[in-house]
Amino acid sequence: MSILVNKDTKVIVQGFTGKEGTFHAEQCMAYGTKIVGGVTPGKGGQEHLGQPVFNTVEEAVRSTGATVSMIFVPPAFVSDAVMEAADAGIELAVIITEGAPVKDMMYAKAYAVKKDMMTIGPNCPGIITADECKIGIMPGFIFKKGNIGLISKSGTLTYESANQVVKEGFGITTAVGIGGDPIIGLSYKQLLPMFEADPETHAIVMIGEIGGDLEIQAAAYIKEHVTKPVVAFIAGQTAPAGKRMGHAGAIISGGSGTAAEKMAALEAAGVKVVVSPADIGKAVAEVMAKK
Amino acid sequence: MNIHEYQAKELFKKYNVPTLRGHIAFTPDEAVKAAQELGGNIWVVKAQIHAGGRGLGGGVKLAKSTSEVRELASQILGMQLVTHQTGPEGKLVQKVYIEEGADIKKEYYLGLLLDRALEMPIMMASTEGGMAIEEVAHNTPEKIIKVSIDPLTGFQSFHGRKLAFGLGLPVEEINTFIKFASALYKVYMDHDAEMIEINPLVKTGDGKFLALDAKMGFDNNALYRQSQVNEMRDLSEEEPTEIEAGKFGLSYIKLDGDVGCMVNGAGLAMGTMDTINYEGGRPANFLDVGGSASAETVAKGFDIILKDPNVKAIFVNIFGGIVRCDRVANGIIEATKITNVNVPVIVRLDGTNAIEAAEILNNAGIANIVAATDLADGARKAVAAAKGE
Repeated sequence: MSILVNKDTKVIVQGFTGKEGTFHAEQCMAYGTKIVGGVTPGKGGQEHLGQPVFNTVEEAVRSTGATVSMIFVPPAFVSDAVMEAADAGIELAVIITEGAPVKDMMYAKAYAVKKDMMTIGPNCPGIITADECKIGIMPGFIFKKGNIGLISKSGTLTYESANQVVKEGFGITTAVGIGGDPIIGLSYKQLLPMFEADPETHAIVMIGEIGGDLEIQAAAYIKEHVTKPVVAFIAGQTAPAGKRMGHAGAIISGGSGTAAEKMAALEAAGVKVVVSPADIGKAVAEVMAKK
Repeated sequence: MNIHEYQAKELFKKYNVPTLRGHIAFTPDEAVKAAQELGGNIWVVKAQIHAGGRGLGGGVKLAKSTSEVRELASQILGMQLVTHQTGPEGKLVQKVYIEEGADIKKEYYLGLLLDRALEMPIMMASTEGGMAIEEVAHNTPEKIIKVSIDPLTGFQSFHGRKLAFGLGLPVEEINTFIKFASALYKVYMDHDAEMIEINPLVKTGDGKFLALDAKMGFDNNALYRQSQVNEMRDLSEEEPTEIEAGKFGLSYIKLDGDVGCMVNGAGLAMGTMDTINYEGGRPANFLDVGGSASAETVAKGFDIILKDPNVKAIFVNIFGGIVRCDRVANGIIEATKITNVNVPVIVRLDGTNAIEAAEILNNAGIANIVAATDLADGARKAVAAAKGE
């Protein structure tokens, strides 16, 4: 078991024939992901990486039965691509592109919600179910199969955490990079219940960072509904207020969104919070030993 | 990205958000000329820097004659203005805005920003004009009235009514306020603004509303389609090293510690700073070198980190995913040939081809490069090196 995606998930790529789309689609296919086609307007009818190219997402869905789209289009075209996917009946759009305007995401997210399409990202590494399906840009080999679910705002911290978890002798069910933009798709609060319901996931690692209050919402949810152990790290304890730390959403504004308040809320919810990201693996080993 | 008060007011004027008349001046002579053009017998001389709290810092002064305008402009131009947002060193004032006086009856606060939880803009108003809104929110949250505005349907009159009645405005002023707020929402949306703050918004003796101050920030991701806003960018208000880093696709923020950091990925970069802190050291910077970590970007990263004389050691922390660690190792060695690195460099490379990378670094025999096995080990070694241990 896993959450959201598995070996049978059929995936199309929007921005299939571009440089990034091509490179990463190839990597995903090598991992075992069922990439069944792609969309590049104007290149419909061609073949790329041995798969059909379509002019519209609607055609791609109709002829391949894909339910997930991996989006690699340039930032200015992200909202259009997301809305097209939602309109075509895609169930989950994984938006890898970095740099989409916040206003565009505001419209795109609202539209996706209306059309009942889930989104992950933008500006994220994607989602991976170990040994089954990789939809994104993460290095697949790090994610050995196991029983730990992972939710993270940061790409490289996802790899770092997964690597530590594996070094401690555990592995990953599914890892979701949710992205660090001000407006994102699926967040902790939506993903936690999925991991809670997944019988193969025995513990959950959540990586947060400064800015916004998604981690606070997660803490409230965990307190009420999550019975599995949760390990958390919040990046940016040493970040100055008012400065954007790389991610568009990683900013302490008006004194709120600090690491300290998030860590306190998670601790109060019974989460094992680590101060140093170097201790994530050890903390997972600890909570798993207690089970 | 932020702009100056006078620039925000230019945008306001185009959308019929009422402001006072004013002119920008770079010299005392220009300030006097501006005052003469405006006419009247009272003017305000306002320092233009990208920071709030200018009035309290002595950067906003009232003049009752043109000679006083000259005197105040001479004082303010060239001063290092210190406010709660500038840090102790303050910011150099290079221009002043000369504005006509106003008959102020009451001061309010009006702001617009993205509510990340609701995923839509919210407009906030308060009767506590002129005060720092963070303090009002903290001490008397009931004095802030908020409305969320669905971007799909836009600003409606009821939004304005909720705010206006919340502020206790008399019925005959409600429509004037709604017009003001509605126009302001349009300024916000049309320019991909991230934040607008009018503090204070004033009501004049004749029942009109005016933006006495104006602060605007924008979504950097949308600047490509906001040419007018882009032209307003004032690079002298930004950190030179941060601008330079940006030109090379690096994201750099200077901090006040002594352990330099070079990391791939923003989250891991913050996590690395936190680890250094946890191990008893203090990070000198945030630096995300991005995905590629080539010899050129690494060399540029070293250059930028070493511009800070406080840096006593550098911790390079790269988690190689798609980018292979052996390539990064070669990049680091190349970088030390391109640029002179005169402090210990602790390198932790993990992920794809990490073992090969360690060999490359060890075989290169560069005296001040020390390999680390993992994140904690690297942070410990870097902290020790910075302490001269």
